[in-house]
Amino acid sequence: MEHPVVPVSTYLKIFAALMVLTALTVAVAFIDWGFFNDVVAMTIAVIKALLVVSVFMHLKYSARLLWLIAGSSVVWFMVMVGLTLTDYRSRDWLLHEGMRPEPWHSVPAEVMQDAAPSGHNGAEAGSTGH
Amino acid sequence: MSTATSTASEGKHYLNAKHTVLSWLLTVDHKRIGMMYLVSLVVFFLIGGAAAVLFRLELMTPAGDLLRSETYNKLFTMHGIVMIFFFLIPSIPAVLGNFLLPIMVGTRDVAFPKLNLASWYVFMLGGILAFVAIVGGGVDTGWTFYTPYSTMYANSNVILAVCGAFIAGFSSIMTALNFVVTIHKMRAPGLTWFRLPLFVWAMYATSLVVLLGTPVVAITLVMIFVERAFGLGIFNPALGGDPVLFQHLFWFYSHPAVYIMILPSMGVVSEIIACFSRRRIYGYKFVAYSSLAIAVIGFFVWGHHMFVSSQSTYAGMIFSFLTFFVAVPTAIKVLNWTMTMYKGSISLEAPMLYAFGFLGLFTIGGMTGLFLSTLATDIHLHDTYFVVAHFHYVMVGGGVMGFLGGLHFWWPKMTGRMYPEGWAIFAAIVIFVGFNLTFFPQFQLGYHGMPRRYHEYPADFQVLHIMSTAGASVLGFGYLLMAGYLGWSLKFGKKAGANPWDARGLEWETSSPPPTENFLVPPVVRHEAYAYEFESETSPESHPSSESSA
Amino acid sequence: MSDSHPSYLAHQFDDVEQQRQASTMGIWLFLITEVMFFGGLFTGYIVYRGMYPEAWKLGSHELNILLGAINTAVLILSSLTMALSVHAAQLGEQKKLSRNLLATIGLGGVFLVIKAFEYKAKFGHHLVPGEHFHFEGPFSNQVQLFYSFYFTMTGMHAIHMVIGIGILFWLWAQSRKGKFHKDYYNPVEVTGLYWHFVDLVWIFLFPLLYLIGRH
Repeated sequence: MEHPVVPVSTYLKIFAALMVLTALTVAVAFIDWGFFNDVVAMTIAVIKALLVVSVFMHLKYSARLLWLIAGSSVVWFMVMVGLTLTDYRSRDWLLHEGMRPEPWHSVPAEVMQDAAPSGHNGAEAGSTGH
Repeated sequence: MSTATSTASEGKHYLNAKHTVLSWLLTVDHKRIGMMYLVSLVVFFLIGGAAAVLFRLELMTPAGDLLRSETYNKLFTMHGIVMIFFFLIPSIPAVLGNFLLPIMVGTRDVAFPKLNLASWYVFMLGGILAFVAIVGGGVDTGWTFYTPYSTMYANSNVILAVCGAFIAGFSSIMTALNFVVTIHKMRAPGLTWFRLPLFVWAMYATSLVVLLGTPVVAITLVMIFVERAFGLGIFNPALGGDPVLFQHLFWFYSHPAVYIMILPSMGVVSEIIACFSRRRIYGYKFVAYSSLAIAVIGFFVWGHHMFVSSQSTYAGMIFSFLTFFVAVPTAIKVLNWTMTMYKGSISLEAPMLYAFGFLGLFTIGGMTGLFLSTLATDIHLHDTYFVVAHFHYVMVGGGVMGFLGGLHFWWPKMTGRMYPEGWAIFAAIVIFVGFNLTFFPQFQLGYHGMPRRYHEYPADFQVLHIMSTAGASVLGFGYLLMAGYLGWSLKFGKKAGANPWDARGLEWETSSPPPTENFLVPPVVRHEAYAYEFESETSPESHPSSESSA
Repeated sequence: MSDSHPSYLAHQFDDVEQQRQASTMGIWLFLITEVMFFGGLFTGYIVYRGMYPEAWKLGSHELNILLGAINTAVLILSSLTMALSVHAAQLGEQKKLSRNLLATIGLGGVFLVIKAFEYKAKFGHHLVPGEHFHFEGPFSNQVQLFYSFYFTMTGMHAIHMVIGIGILFWLWAQSRKGKFHKDYYNPVEVTGLYWHFVDLVWIFLFPLLYLIGRH
């Protein structure tokens, strides 16, 4: 029961879907949706990943234990990213200039030689919002 | 199956089944692999210990008169790398876990025996690389390889050392993978999850930490490697890279790594306390689940190593808050062990002394951890000897005490010989005293502001440093004494029966040492773990008390 | 069960089903370590992209989107042939099995060759981080950071491909000897899971590296 024979036609359908999604993700990349370009690209990638995992990798037909294993890796990756970002997203929150720790990206001037015209720290910090 | 039964006649066991060196080097027997790990770990422990002896000698006097500062830096780095990556992390899983886990779940071997053997070779390869890096010029980054020092300034031996640690990581992944699959898929009939010994639960939790954490440090070391060897810039501040990102990724593994060292010890202590109190572990399920809880929560706290890096204060608060949670499952365990001993008939053999040592020392280590996880106090205590003392209380007071306790407890099973009890009790006391004399003064040193990693210090600190060095000599003497009588017992020790402690558990139902296939008759489990209080209910055939019946 | 102990059943297992389940579970556990391994790189990518969105776009623009897309297609196709290999092994169709394995190897090779051309072009354009890195335009240092990630990520991916191709060659040789059949095809199945995983990584790498801010 854990090792089903999936019909070839299913594999072909999944393959076709993956190819269509690949074309789609390239196509939408050229449309300007601002921030949502990333959302769309990642959504498509996740759909593709789910197709591969569930059918090509037989997870759909496998024991729940394997679902748990596969799921745990995603959860743990999220923990790693999430808790790391708690640091990066909140570094600028201390409003008091005096209290603010040395901004890590106040790198030497020659490094930032070609910073955006509106001045280095403001531009960099502002653009982190995207 | 049928061939196995006929070859394992009277007196045949895994040690004397074959005698050639090749039969050891190519073995897929988990017991032999465990013993090979034991021998290699003793060597690494001696190397790491020798480094400690040298820098403790240097610290006898305030002036740097024995070692130059560079040499001193290299020595504490060597001590850290060897002791953590090549002794503590593999200690209990690779030696006791390899040896016992398949027996405890009642199977012939781990799920992937060849992978198991490969893990030993990979481990040795990593160890040799690290050793070459250390003797061929030395590494002075500290065991943490912090960037940008490791990538831009330290000597190029860093590359070799990083490769060594990277490769050794594979060996712990292989072992962990084997354990998880073995526990899931190969338990003997009747051995349900809640009949498993708590040592198995601990190994399971440890293995999960290894599987989820080790790959992250692997890729982090790869990043150092490519930055150092190929000139890519990943953590390079000159390109806008962030060295603190390295710390995030590094501690994502290396904090849980502390639980890789301590969880197995907790498992060992559960076995010992149950046996020498003659009682079932109080709140078995709580102890089992708390292992998993520690494994999970251990991943949420790594930022407490970075309170005084440029990590955001808000992230620091979150990590500080989360860190307190780890203390909860740990406290549950300590409470349950204490409750197990309550009204038990306690006997004080050497393993039990180590378990006591574990309880006291680990509690001190854990409590001082709470001081350090408090943001405000950490500002003062960060990077002082207080931290050094704290993690030695956890890793040595917890990890090593558990390892030694387990080694004594299962020594008769592994070798078929009893160790000399009187000497063992003496050595256990010497080690306990030596340990405390070494590290307790360091709490005081740190509290008064002595920073770590300096070979010179103000004269005011000398008394405490001399105490610490004296303690280290006592500790070293204790270890050597132990090595001496354990070695002696291999040849002259009293023959151990199948179950010298009258303990419960599948490993005690087979002969000592066990036959190559572990059990002559595949075991069937009919009762819960630690059935110490129900002696009459256990059927005689499941408890052969002498080896002749095996 | 134990009275018939076929040659492909390892001594530590009681029966074929137990062995099968153990090997499947083993490879899935290995794959979570792989997720975390690449996860470390993705974490770094996310952090830096959040800091330097402009530089990341500029760096991405230098990548060849056509070659990237072709490679994506090649890899997905190789995943299909891999799935068909497992299918053939399950049914015991020896010829189909070796043919599909060869196709997978071939497609993996094509991917690597295209990747090599891309790398070569980057060397030509001085976009390889290090002393000779040169980027005309703003944020050149951060673009170098982007390329450090580009090379580490795709390099790690390529190493996984090379290892996969090596295992596939071994499988192919074994399949020629008729080692796999209806009752025993674990190695094919396990390798398949690994290969699909490598494909998965690329599915995420492609949009993250090639498709940033193309509009």
